[in-house]
Amino acid sequence: MTARLIDRALGRGIRSQPLKPDVSHNIILYLEDITVSFDGFRALNALNLYIEAGELRCIIGPNGAGKTTMMDVITGKTRPDAGSAWFGQTIDLLAMREPAIAEAGIGRKFQKPTVFGSHTVFENLELAMAGDKSPWKILFAKLSGEQLGRIEQVLETIGLTHERDRDAGSLSHGQKQWLEIGMLLMQDPQLLLVDEPVAGMTPQETERTAELLVSLAGQRSVVVVEHDMDFVRSIARKVTVLHEGSVLAEGSIDQVQNDQKVVEVYLGE
Amino acid sequence: MKTSFINRLLQSDRGSGIFLGVLLLAAILVPLLNLAVPEGSALHVPTYTVTLLGKYLCYALLAIAVDLVWGYCGILSLGHTAFFALGGYAMGMYLMRQIGTRGVYGNPILPDFMVFLNWKELPWFWHGMNHFPLAMLMVVLAPGVLAFVFGWLAFRSRVTGVYLSIITQALTYALMLAFFRNEMGFGGNNGLTDFKDLLGFDLQKGSTHVALFLATVIALALGFLACRYIVNSRFGRVIEAVRDAESRARFIGYKVESYKLWLWVFSAMLAGIAGALYVPQIGIINPGEFAPLNSIEVVVWVAVGGRGTLYGAALGAVLVNYAKTYLTAALPEVWLYALGGLFVLVTLLLPQGIVGLLRKLRKQSS
Ligand SMILES: Nc1ncnc2c1ncn2[C@@H]1O[C@H](COP(=O)(O)OP(=O)(O)O)[C@@H](O)[C@H]1O
Ligand SMILES: [Mg+2]
Repeated sequence: MTARLIDRALGRGIRSQPLKPDVSHNIILYLEDITVSFDGFRALNALNLYIEAGELRCIIGPNGAGKTTMMDVITGKTRPDAGSAWFGQTIDLLAMREPAIAEAGIGRKFQKPTVFGSHTVFENLELAMAGDKSPWKILFAKLSGEQLGRIEQVLETIGLTHERDRDAGSLSHGQKQWLEIGMLLMQDPQLLLVDEPVAGMTPQETERTAELLVSLAGQRSVVVVEHDMDFVRSIARKVTVLHEGSVLAEGSIDQVQNDQKVVEVYLGE
Repeated sequence: MKTSFINRLLQSDRGSGIFLGVLLLAAILVPLLNLAVPEGSALHVPTYTVTLLGKYLCYALLAIAVDLVWGYCGILSLGHTAFFALGGYAMGMYLMRQIGTRGVYGNPILPDFMVFLNWKELPWFWHGMNHFPLAMLMVVLAPGVLAFVFGWLAFRSRVTGVYLSIITQALTYALMLAFFRNEMGFGGNNGLTDFKDLLGFDLQKGSTHVALFLATVIALALGFLACRYIVNSRFGRVIEAVRDAESRARFIGYKVESYKLWLWVFSAMLAGIAGALYVPQIGIINPGEFAPLNSIEVVVWVAVGGRGTLYGAALGAVLVNYAKTYLTAALPEVWLYALGGLFVLVTLLLPQGIVGLLRKLRKQSS
């Protein structure tokens, strides 16, 4: 603990960490006994969660269950009072700050889409591209063929190839969400955290978002927080139910929906 | 790499093309009509007008510098004339040192105002300012260093929006008060004046003023191209992203503070160059140039022309100053009201300025 504090004070643990997670044990994220209190109230209560490499996991739970707080812990926005959080075998997330965590390969999509409205779709992806982002380099930066290919590939993945030269501000709500996912993909994250992606989407958009998220898993791990049970049913292999800051149930969607405790919590809501 | 650099410079929209064309035309016509056409002719451009145009173009360069930070990065500077004036003072110091024994007191080293104050020695910061290259270095270095220190403090502590605007006003106001003091060593409230020559060329001569006009045109064109290169580069897209969603830009890994800082320093240097070209044409630099109101006027020029286009800022500077020249002569007491009214009108009716209006009209007609 003291060593970690000293490290942090000296700004260590920001770049000295290995950049890519070691997933030799097939687990990309370990959350163990994570507890977060706000003024005595436990938003997370000894939470345990393991995400496999390449997995697509859905986290559901009533409002206030701690879903967003959990993502805050993973991305370094909130420090837990107790517990440990590891990215692969070697990267201690609790010793790192937000930018370093993002750089190590954890991408997070917030609920509200925030794309750069007066830039085109293409430029948004270009801006989000991984690489040296120092002012001098960027002033003289030129897209390499490889980088162009990467952007086109992501455009294809998020289904916005035909919108590439449109201002992002003029996109529909759903398209903005996909663009934002595309911007995360440009940083090539190993773990993608997505908070309520289909809120406010039309049924068609919801369906395409499900396809997109399914297609993203495999090459990387995807953790989706969502309320919409139909949506969860359409994508999830494995579902984790959070309740009052800890895991209430875990399993396939059918197992979870027939779980007595889960039924009680959801009916009691 | 080289061809792409040139491509980028030339890759221009219609407005930029017209702007550069007009500058080229002015560079040819104005000297021709002043030097080659006899004075009696209706086509003759008097030296007075050449100097006036040169002054407008200095303002245009200052306006471009402000547009670069305001229009593209959302930093509303209400203190850019501080950088302009510092550049002007650096040039003024050089010009003072050229006077030599031709001053009223005939002191070969000390400028008149120092002799008048009974100073025995040249202050340290006046040393070497009789050398043109050093003076020109100071023209960009003085505003650049001030902008760096100010920007480093302000951007790092994430001062933004109206708070930043207010402290830029405070900056220029504080400098004005400081430069008013005789002990500062910049001539107090009289400033620096009575210049004789620049690089050996007599400043009383019309041809020197034509040369200064040409130098201003060239500086404006180069400054414009440099700004265009910046805003068309990926750096430009980053600063626009900072303008539109600063925290998001930071989140995807851009060191927002560094971007703002370097843009700010560059802009301040441009303003300094504009000030340095202004002083020999006008013949004086005094602390009044630091007046907070002047900086606000620059913002009005940019708003009137149309922010975020660069050439719009230049257009606004020339038009508003033309109106000012006319109005302050015809109805001096009206000018300030006219300026305020103009700003209100433009803000309410023409949020994109004249350039925005022209674009809209063209879209409607096509
Ligand atoms: N910064 C905070 N300060 C105080 N309480 C908080 C804070 N953030 C979250 N909470 C509380 O923690 C609980 C869990 O919140 P959250 O993680 O946002 O839930 P969910 O995303 O599952 O709806 C809620 O009761 C919320 O009010
Ligand atoms: Mg939430």
